[in-house]
Amino acid sequence: MPKLTIDGIEVEVPAGSTVLQAAESIGIEIPRFCYHERLSIAGNCRMCLVEVSPGPPKPAASCALPVAEGMIVKTDSPLAVKARKGVMEFLLINHPLDCPICDQGGECDLQDQALAFGYDRSRYNEPKRAVEEKYMGPLVSTEMTRCIHCTRCIRFATEVAGVPELGAVGRGEHMEVTTYVERAIDSELSGNLVDLCPVGALTNKAYAYIARPWELKKTESIDVFDAVGTNIRIDSRGGEVLRVLPRINEDVNEEWLADKGRYAIDGLKRQRLDRPYVRKDGRLQPATWAEAFGAIAERVKGASGASMAALAGDMACAESMVLLRDLMSSLGSRSLDCRQDGAAFDVTQRESYLFNSGIAGIDEADALLIVGSNPRWEAPVINARIRKRYLRGGFKVAMIGEPRDLTYKHENLGAGVDVLRQVAAGTHPFAEVLKVAERPMIILGMGALTRPDGAAVLALANTLATDLGVVKDGWNGFNVLHTAAARVGGLEAGFVPGPNGRDLEGILKGCESGAVDFVYLLGADEIPMARLGKAFVVYQGSHGDAGAMRADVVLPGAAYTEKDATYVNTEGRCQRTHRAVFPPGDAREDWAILRALSEVLGHKLPQDSLAQVRDRLASVSAVFDDDTAVPVSAWGTFGEPGGEPGELADAPFESVITTYYMTDPISRASRTMAECTEVYGKGNQQRTGTNG
Amino acid sequence: MSSHAPDPNVPEPASFAFTEANMVEATKIIAKYPAGRQRSAVMPLLDIAQRQEGWLSRTAMDYVADLLSVPPIRVYEVATFYTMYRLRPTGKHHIELCTNIACWLRGSDDVKRAAEDVFGVPFGSSNDDVTLEEVECAGACVNAPVVAYKDDYYEDLTYDTAKALFQAMKDGKPLTPGSQIGRQTSCPEGGPTTLKESA
Amino acid sequence: MLQDRDRIFTNLYGFHDPFLKGAQARGDWDRTKEFLGNGQEWIIEQVKESGMRGRGGAGFPTGMKWSFMPKEVGERPHYLVVNADEGEPGTCKDRDIMRHDPHKLVEGCLIASYSMRAHTCYIYVRGEFYRETEALQRAIDEAYDAGLIGKNACGSGFDFDLYIHRGMGAYICGEETALINSIEGKKGQPRLKPPFPAGVGVYGCPTTVNNVESIAAVPTILRRGASWFADLGRPKNSGTKLFCISGHVNKPCNVEEEMGIPLRELIEKHAGGVRGGWDNLLAIIPGGSSVPMLPKSICDTVLMDFDSLREVQSGLGTAAVIVMDKSTDLVRAITRLAKFYTHESCGQCTPCREGTGWMWRVMERMSQGKASVEEIDMLFDVSKQIEGHTICALGDAAAWPIQGLIRHFRPEMEARLLGATSTGTTQSRAAE
Repeated sequence: MPKLTIDGIEVEVPAGSTVLQAAESIGIEIPRFCYHERLSIAGNCRMCLVEVSPGPPKPAASCALPVAEGMIVKTDSPLAVKARKGVMEFLLINHPLDCPICDQGGECDLQDQALAFGYDRSRYNEPKRAVEEKYMGPLVSTEMTRCIHCTRCIRFATEVAGVPELGAVGRGEHMEVTTYVERAIDSELSGNLVDLCPVGALTNKAYAYIARPWELKKTESIDVFDAVGTNIRIDSRGGEVLRVLPRINEDVNEEWLADKGRYAIDGLKRQRLDRPYVRKDGRLQPATWAEAFGAIAERVKGASGASMAALAGDMACAESMVLLRDLMSSLGSRSLDCRQDGAAFDVTQRESYLFNSGIAGIDEADALLIVGSNPRWEAPVINARIRKRYLRGGFKVAMIGEPRDLTYKHENLGAGVDVLRQVAAGTHPFAEVLKVAERPMIILGMGALTRPDGAAVLALANTLATDLGVVKDGWNGFNVLHTAAARVGGLEAGFVPGPNGRDLEGILKGCESGAVDFVYLLGADEIPMARLGKAFVVYQGSHGDAGAMRADVVLPGAAYTEKDATYVNTEGRCQRTHRAVFPPGDAREDWAILRALSEVLGHKLPQDSLAQVRDRLASVSAVFDDDTAVPVSAWGTFGEPGGEPGELADAPFESVITTYYMTDPISRASRTMAECTEVYGKGNQQRTGTNG
Repeated sequence: MSSHAPDPNVPEPASFAFTEANMVEATKIIAKYPAGRQRSAVMPLLDIAQRQEGWLSRTAMDYVADLLSVPPIRVYEVATFYTMYRLRPTGKHHIELCTNIACWLRGSDDVKRAAEDVFGVPFGSSNDDVTLEEVECAGACVNAPVVAYKDDYYEDLTYDTAKALFQAMKDGKPLTPGSQIGRQTSCPEGGPTTLKESA
Repeated sequence: MLQDRDRIFTNLYGFHDPFLKGAQARGDWDRTKEFLGNGQEWIIEQVKESGMRGRGGAGFPTGMKWSFMPKEVGERPHYLVVNADEGEPGTCKDRDIMRHDPHKLVEGCLIASYSMRAHTCYIYVRGEFYRETEALQRAIDEAYDAGLIGKNACGSGFDFDLYIHRGMGAYICGEETALINSIEGKKGQPRLKPPFPAGVGVYGCPTTVNNVESIAAVPTILRRGASWFADLGRPKNSGTKLFCISGHVNKPCNVEEEMGIPLRELIEKHAGGVRGGWDNLLAIIPGGSSVPMLPKSICDTVLMDFDSLREVQSGLGTAAVIVMDKSTDLVRAITRLAKFYTHESCGQCTPCREGTGWMWRVMERMSQGKASVEEIDMLFDVSKQIEGHTICALGDAAAWPIQGLIRHFRPEMEARLLGATSTGTTQSRAAE
């Protein structure tokens, strides 16, 4: 490891590090615009110039300079500071300095650095450059006159997002960052461009002219629009969530956030259930909490447990699920399901429903088979991680399912079940790829498990994983990719059919036959409501979506931004949201609703506080307990819940997501997402901008 | 406006494809580069497209991008970076005059004037008939001033010889590329000072 | 004065057949197989001993550059790239080599490639040189047909392919890493160094980039012997050199002369002298537009080689001598260069992208007398903020002409600006 001296401090860093990284390791931050640790090095902004000896008598760009033994670096010498001031002056001469009307104001790298290295007046007496506006789609606003040409956005689109659609055209002072063809960036990660842009050239279109950063309350939370568990920060003012930004979590989302998580939030303000409703004379009528609870109590009174059932939706928190489970149990019902898609997991074996390698495990994998999943839409951040691994080389990817542009090269083996069977049997060439790989990985999507033959597919995948070494000593590459943030939490909280209880299909069938006549929907909107038959339906949730439309009683709950709640991501990682704003109107936190209802029903739940609810969760599964390690069970055989996996069907594997921008009650209520569906949904984009 | 910026008023051609002969040429060019490095052929293929079309439309760029499996934006970047790509149609006579230092010192302003006098439009303008364009150093500095026209250089121009040259272009008369004062390429006027025996 | 027999480019002006027959009559392709047979190290040693410094402008010792290439070919093939993107204002020497003596270049490519274990060589010719490309391609085709290159080149057992890659109008592609990007089909934006091309060049493979004149001189150096070349000129500044003499001389021309020839002698012997006589001289840019100009007082005595010109704060550059007599509006002349560098900046890095345009606009005002005297200092300061702060040398090249002007002609600049202030009119432009 080379040893060098930076500002008089001796430091030893791994060979191949850059001077900028070495400085960072000892807490010396060198200003930069173009450098970003997750992007390739461009070295173009020249802000990070430092004095280096030995070497030519001119400053060097520390972001691109590899460390060398005996190097002496000065980051704050007169030469370095003068160089930086010069660069800053150049950056500002053609910058509009329109900070008062710029959304980046207050959180702008250029603004901050100008404070440190800028002059208090300009020596530039020439006409300033103005750059024509560019269209990049419904999510990213452009004001390219502000662009400082750091090319972070171009590198992000090309390298991380894998959509080489941004470029710098022209040259010299006429160089412009653009798509050139005035089309929306075709990426589910485009919002990250806004975060990466160090100035106000690319800003959040949905957040335009809304707030200044210092007005915002910042709440750390978790994204629930997919099962990744992206760590986020919710910025709110008053009762309104104004924007969502990613937080860094190297193991989960690095520092990216998918567009739905960032941009669907306007859906939090629309279609909200802000008071209870009770159906009277065929129509939902506003009601008080007491009236709503009373209506439920009346219906439940004397009903048999066997006729009651509950389903939890994709955004339900673990707290509400465990309480609803307990309540249903005390009412005598074991008919529960948190899988409104009917996915076939072996709920007794955690390995059968987890992304076992962990998301970060992708970095170590050397072969990947994707089955029945389109990770680009189901988990854009995980897809970016796969792409990152792919770019490092030595990583063969194949897919069984409909052909998709995943942003990285992969072999489509076909969509049929027979292909999976061949791979599992070792007769398909890709079986060999997995077999010889040191850390092979399989990603099993919901498209593979929500089919009628899901259990058989799971069993086959289990065989494949065992036979081809996907699971071996120190490595478990058997990965289930969930699409619902609530799913693993529900499984862990035991929101699954108990002994003699009905699962989703059983409940629906029961409703149709009349054997089930009371259904409690906890934010469940993705089920075929028509099949609920004549059952009395209680809907507890945040949005007036399919469930509420069908309900007889509506209990207004809280969205993820409005409660302290627990979610377990696809890896089995327990994470918590925090309340950024209060639920609207009469809506309440979901665990509290259930607690109150239980009392009215005469089956009072013993938990009086969130802490007690969490204790209850911890008693159900160690996943929810911060202090207890989650036991790892031995790899076994699964996928045969009834002892028999059943017959495999011939139907091809398909992703469960057909429209990325609309998958849940919140995104369906979002105007921004509607616009995205409009722009991207057509397959070939209209040329907008010039022709409107 | 220079021919190096697209003209929003010029419609894109509905389609573009290389002629058979150009496809043969393109295939030959692609073969110059190692397998998998066909992106190297972007520049020459754009040039072929431009020669075929008279200018370089986005449709043609997309065609080349597709042919070489290069993301279109990477082709747009190239086409807008290099100034020999004409992103809009030029006049029938596309006259490129070097005005850089060596040419300027030897009277490129006079050549400019000659062009304006013959074609009746200001230097730097363009119409269907003529495009009078300033270019950077043509690399023929000892034969300055220099005009480039249809792949040839016309050198050692004065106001009068330039005027005659432009008139001949306008009239469609044959042109003689090279020095317009009849000297042998870059040899000193009146005969070489070196290599005399062999001259 | 250099004797004709010591000249390398004996068909510089194209009086004779540029192609294979003529070339062979002039001695090209003679003993080539023998040179290859002497081995890679021998060739590199000869070039080192000749003392040749790169003819493209920077003057880096050619043999040493070659020796940076890996001695063994690993997984990645080696490449030689010849820089024929001649675009430095004032410079037009490589053009003559390509159109009049192309076989010298082709033979040089083979020898140089062989010495660096490169089986493929690309010659990057600026796009405007269409006829020159045709001539060079014809020479390449001839060489292939004659078995001089291609499979088993010259019967040496060495396979060698030579291709032309045409530029399309970008001065910056004369910078070696921009040129490499351009060969890869990308924008001609210079790369960060390190890594240097000898490690990571074309397609990420070890690559050497040399100027046309450097490569074309190599066969003759081998034939005449390294010491022959080394004995010409002064130590560390050896050999012959193609000079391009343009501007206000009576007979602008290209000529091959001995390194270190006095500037005045060069102009008077070959270019018919300064227009109006030596005393009518105002200033000379001695090495292409990128080097600072010299006032007459220095021109009187300065020698034309790397070290002599460096001593007077200028440079040999491409040895393109641009002569300006007393009728020249120097401010306007440098303004034109400032515009050139603005136009040719690739736009990648901040100081050059923003600074070149700034300097040009200030120069534009100054040439019209619409600036204050204080702005001269500011302009100098801005040029210093560019110089040494950019990824490639274009920033330096843009700064130096302006610095040269201010260094040597500040009183003239001040007089114009003061004159404009007092009379309210701009001075007439003498050169128009």
